[in-house]
Amino acid sequence: MQLPVHVSLAAHDIACERGGRTLFQGLSFTLAPGEALLVSGPNGAGKTSLLRQLAGLLPLAAGHLSVTGAEPDVPVAELCHAVGHLNATKTALTVRENLAFWADYLGEGHGDLAGALAAFGLEPLADFPAGLLSAGQKRKLALSRLYAAPRPIWLLDEPSVSLDAQAVTRLDAAIRDHLKAGGIAIVSTHVPLKTKFDHELALGPRRAA
Amino acid sequence: MSTVRALLVRDIKLAWREGGAVGVALGFYLIVVAITPLGLGPDLNLLARIAPGILWVGLLLAALLSAGRIFENDYEDGTLDVLATGPVPLPVVAGVKCLAHWLSTGIPLVVLAPVLGLLLNLPMGAFPSLVLAMLAGTPAVSFIAGIGASLTLGLRRSGLLLALLVIPLYVPILIFGVSAVTPYVSGPNSVWPPFLILCALSLASVVLAPIAAAAALRTALR
Repeated sequence: MQLPVHVSLAAHDIACERGGRTLFQGLSFTLAPGEALLVSGPNGAGKTSLLRQLAGLLPLAAGHLSVTGAEPDVPVAELCHAVGHLNATKTALTVRENLAFWADYLGEGHGDLAGALAAFGLEPLADFPAGLLSAGQKRKLALSRLYAAPRPIWLLDEPSVSLDAQAVTRLDAAIRDHLKAGGIAIVSTHVPLKTKFDHELALGPRRAA
Repeated sequence: MSTVRALLVRDIKLAWREGGAVGVALGFYLIVVAITPLGLGPDLNLLARIAPGILWVGLLLAALLSAGRIFENDYEDGTLDVLATGPVPLPVVAGVKCLAHWLSTGIPLVVLAPVLGLLLNLPMGAFPSLVLAMLAGTPAVSFIAGIGASLTLGLRRSGLLLALLVIPLYVPILIFGVSAVTPYVSGPNSVWPPFLILCALSLASVVLAPIAAAAALRTALR
């Protein structure tokens, strides 16, 4: 898939606070185009919070993010595909309608519906209501969104949950292709992936101390 | 533009397809208005006099019934997170979703209102001004409901709280909505001043409500 821009993402001394408790602080990393970051750590270490901060959903308690390579007035969130714990699929729409919406909404006229349907092999289910899909199929539908519109930064929060072995292999390959195309991937996962991560960020209670 | 259109079309499609949005609002409106004459007795003059008020109050309550859904479903399944990373600012997202509520629920209620007016012996001359006043006033109903819906996001059984928050804000719409119709029922007054005030209320809420709703959505997403 052709990416519209190649960007580098840098975080400078960012901190996260949830309910008055500091989850992490002084976090810095730099990712060049084609690099991947693995976020690891025990439950509650702040992996999801970090990804939500990068997607612009949570405010940074300290520090700042910088992006080079994109137009200066584009917020970081608009360069990101965020696939979180919730699948963001509409049960009353068919698989095709779900993806067509994301292609139109996120792609601003440059969306790729056919590519998104093919990405995780959902074509046979295209006219099926998303409400009748299994948990794994819903997950595939959520991940197909990554292909509905080209965006340089992928934020994947436990992307392999409820996927079968074959789909995890497919996901792994998708992340590698994205990196090869010059994209950035930030992944939090407990399942070992074959993708070679250039950086690893271990969040945990010790970091915050 | 394709972004806004995609969101609008999807929201209208969902409102019609997911049961319990448009149908329930229309059914509720029908029931509320239909039982009123049963409670008041067959005094046709009395019914004609209170018809504009009953029609407006019923419409406001019916619109509120489906207002919680403006943001709730998208919040629960994570869609709102992704919408927030979209290419349009959050106030635009909020505005488009309120507009979709008006088109999918507000307009059908306005279409139903004259039919229900027959049940209440509303004078024939009042029908055009009733429909016009409701068309002018219902955008404000949907957009103000959007503020309430975004503020009560994430709360369990938020419907009643939503009503408590929003109904006081509906008072001007109700007063001017009814006074745009009453000249035909009870006295010689001009229809235009209340009608123009309804237009003003709608225009102001179309501009301001999305900003307020987006601020509330930001907090809900944290």
